[in-house]
Amino acid sequence: MHREFLMGNEAIALGALAAGVNVAAGYPGTPSTEILETVAKRNPGDVKVEWSVNEKAGMEVAAGAAISGARTLVTMKQVGLNVAADPLMSLEYIGVKGGMVVVVADDPGPISSQTEQDTRTFGMFSKVPVFDPSSVHEAYEMIQEAFEFSERYGTPVFFRPTTRIDHGYESIDVKDPGEYKKNDPEGFVKDSSRWVIFPRLSVKNHALIEKRNQELSLVFSGYRRNEILAGAGNYADCRRGIATQGINFSYAMDAMGADHPKIFRVATPFPFPEQKALEFLEGLDEVLCVEELDPVIERALTFVCGKYHLPVKIRGKMTGDVKPSGENSVDSVRESIASFLGTAESAGVAGSPEHESDVCPKLPVRPPVLCAGCPHRASFYAVKMAMEGVKKTLFAGDIGCYTLGNAAPLDMTDTCLCMGAGINMAQGVVRVDPEVKAFAFVGDSTFFASGITGVINAFYNQDSMTLVILDNSTTAMTGHQPHPGTGRTLMGDVVEAVRIDEVLRGIGLTTVETMDPLDLKTCIPEIRRIADEPGVKAIIFKSPCIVRFKPKSGKSKVDPDKCIGCKKCIRELGCPALVLDGDKAFIDPSQCTGCTLCEQICPVGAIAGGGRNE
Amino acid sequence: MSKNIIFCGVGGQGTVLASRLTAAAAMKEKKQVMTAETIGMAQRGGSVFSHMKIGEANSPLIGKGEADLIVGFEPGETVRQLPFLKKGGAVVTNIRPVQPVSAMIGLSAYDSDAMVSYLKSHVNRLILVDADQALFEIGNPKVLNMVLLGAALETGAVGVEPSDVEAAMRERLPEKLWEVNTRALHYMQNR
Repeated sequence: MHREFLMGNEAIALGALAAGVNVAAGYPGTPSTEILETVAKRNPGDVKVEWSVNEKAGMEVAAGAAISGARTLVTMKQVGLNVAADPLMSLEYIGVKGGMVVVVADDPGPISSQTEQDTRTFGMFSKVPVFDPSSVHEAYEMIQEAFEFSERYGTPVFFRPTTRIDHGYESIDVKDPGEYKKNDPEGFVKDSSRWVIFPRLSVKNHALIEKRNQELSLVFSGYRRNEILAGAGNYADCRRGIATQGINFSYAMDAMGADHPKIFRVATPFPFPEQKALEFLEGLDEVLCVEELDPVIERALTFVCGKYHLPVKIRGKMTGDVKPSGENSVDSVRESIASFLGTAESAGVAGSPEHESDVCPKLPVRPPVLCAGCPHRASFYAVKMAMEGVKKTLFAGDIGCYTLGNAAPLDMTDTCLCMGAGINMAQGVVRVDPEVKAFAFVGDSTFFASGITGVINAFYNQDSMTLVILDNSTTAMTGHQPHPGTGRTLMGDVVEAVRIDEVLRGIGLTTVETMDPLDLKTCIPEIRRIADEPGVKAIIFKSPCIVRFKPKSGKSKVDPDKCIGCKKCIRELGCPALVLDGDKAFIDPSQCTGCTLCEQICPVGAIAGGGRNE
Repeated sequence: MSKNIIFCGVGGQGTVLASRLTAAAAMKEKKQVMTAETIGMAQRGGSVFSHMKIGEANSPLIGKGEADLIVGFEPGETVRQLPFLKKGGAVVTNIRPVQPVSAMIGLSAYDSDAMVSYLKSHVNRLILVDADQALFEIGNPKVLNMVLLGAALETGAVGVEPSDVEAAMRERLPEKLWEVNTRALHYMQNR
């Protein structure tokens, strides 16, 4: 054992390695990404780890390995689970041989996601058991136990941290590589009565799954992480209790300190540890459920009270005692508990800020923006200029850094739904109004993840649109993971890169033009010409992510004698390097990458000095 | 009870390294450390913060009125975190603003002088750092985090020895950067 200062995601990865994971796969997505990166970085040598093209592919790789007896890990964010739902729902009916842990990072808030869906609820829906850690150090230990449960009961299990666990750091004790468990999977053994799903098998296994989950409810009642803390201090004899989970348990403990009522911490929300819940409810009149996302514990306790005719009032989100949506905090948990215990007034003592934010001067607004020199800015600007004056346009967006193209002053994202959706949504918009000149913007990683089927659908169904691939040669938003177009894998191998232009030509597209978006003069008339062609056409804007590939460039500089102070560069581009100095534009040299976009649009030629000199 | 510290600023200013070095120094002193950071969207020019608890605690997030110290890399961001400061807590802040794009294109207003005056009138234990002057005098534009961290250690609110921060810095940075970072760490102390 040794001590390390670890991010929750790193601890989860090291826990999986300590459990002897053999195969790991997943798709990047905040807040889950660092788990797989850490598995790759700390690989003792024999773990097969990959970035899959999407979550469904990752789930299927893990499934194949798990039915071959390997311990497998598959990671994703909560919306990624929607993509992987198909294989998982069926895999649960078939079961696994080696332990299989599906890590799904939930994102209360949401801080960087489309939805506030709750994987605990998905566990109930899919019948897959769920483990819910409360801290970084617990996550490290619990994932090792999750592998054991999975293997013992022959089922994949969910392990679902939330953002504050994933991205929290703690100094914790972890095993040395020599202490890791060793698994030698026996390999796939043919048995079509077991591994081929047919209605007959499903009927048989469904009954077994229901029986197993009843048994697991009992087993989990004895699992030490489903714990009851007796009331303490001023609340030793209190007839009120608090049921909580995950980071909320830690918030509650910090908020209450040594004086707290009886507490029930639920580490396995599904199958719900019913017997343990009965033990907790004994002697209580009222319970407050403190949890994020869905009222999972609240529903389960309400059910238990009904089933056993217990006169205990269960309160929480559904009764308006805890906020129904959004992320909790130490403060919101403290308030909910204080008002439940009737100590709302004294609750102010622990948290008594000297200052209230409502009396301070107006704070700066800082939404995230595209980086200085980001090629996406040029791509959006070029299309905007090309289509200026066209009455009906649609700029369908997608998921990635380029979603930031929606912000002023570019304002070039009219729709965004989920990974890959923009292409098919553009089809739908054009079906309703064929006069619309539709553009579907999609990043390179998103194209491989779920854009290709969309292009085939649009091509096959004879729709008209311009597909714009924003190819920056990386998965930028989640921290620069490789993908099939980069020719690199997570194992560090250099492989044949999949060429986007060849894929598009293979589908049947005849217009596939690759352009440098930073060359506005060439791009703008070309874009306009292509937009007017019928059918599905593609433009590939190829220019590498500025964060990852720092070009050798001069920096652009404003000549204050020439600058007329029209602010066109600042108003139209929204580049963070462009600021106003008095009434003239000024370029912050520490941020400028010399992309020359501002030089190209300055009406008086007052900016010069940038440009790539490769 | 833990020592509660908030590092805050704008993405790219170096708040994360300051927080890592502090954590590593505390670990050298066998103390328990927890932090929570903003990651993802917020890094692209957005507000970033890192909550840190040194000592016994359950969760890394700090409640309102619970921070012993705020280390601000940008005056507006410091004011944003002020509700977390405990009565009598200390604030170390850079007074030079980072203008957001939204202010540049006229969609929002940002008066950074008002932020500094507000801090002056509302915080007793306030240490102001003029980053432009400090970095000019030190002769390196990239050591703001060490200057602020040095000033933060001076307040005593971190409870970690500067020598341990220096040792942690040496473990993380290449040797050619040790001298300038050490000078930056002691810059405010020598003034």
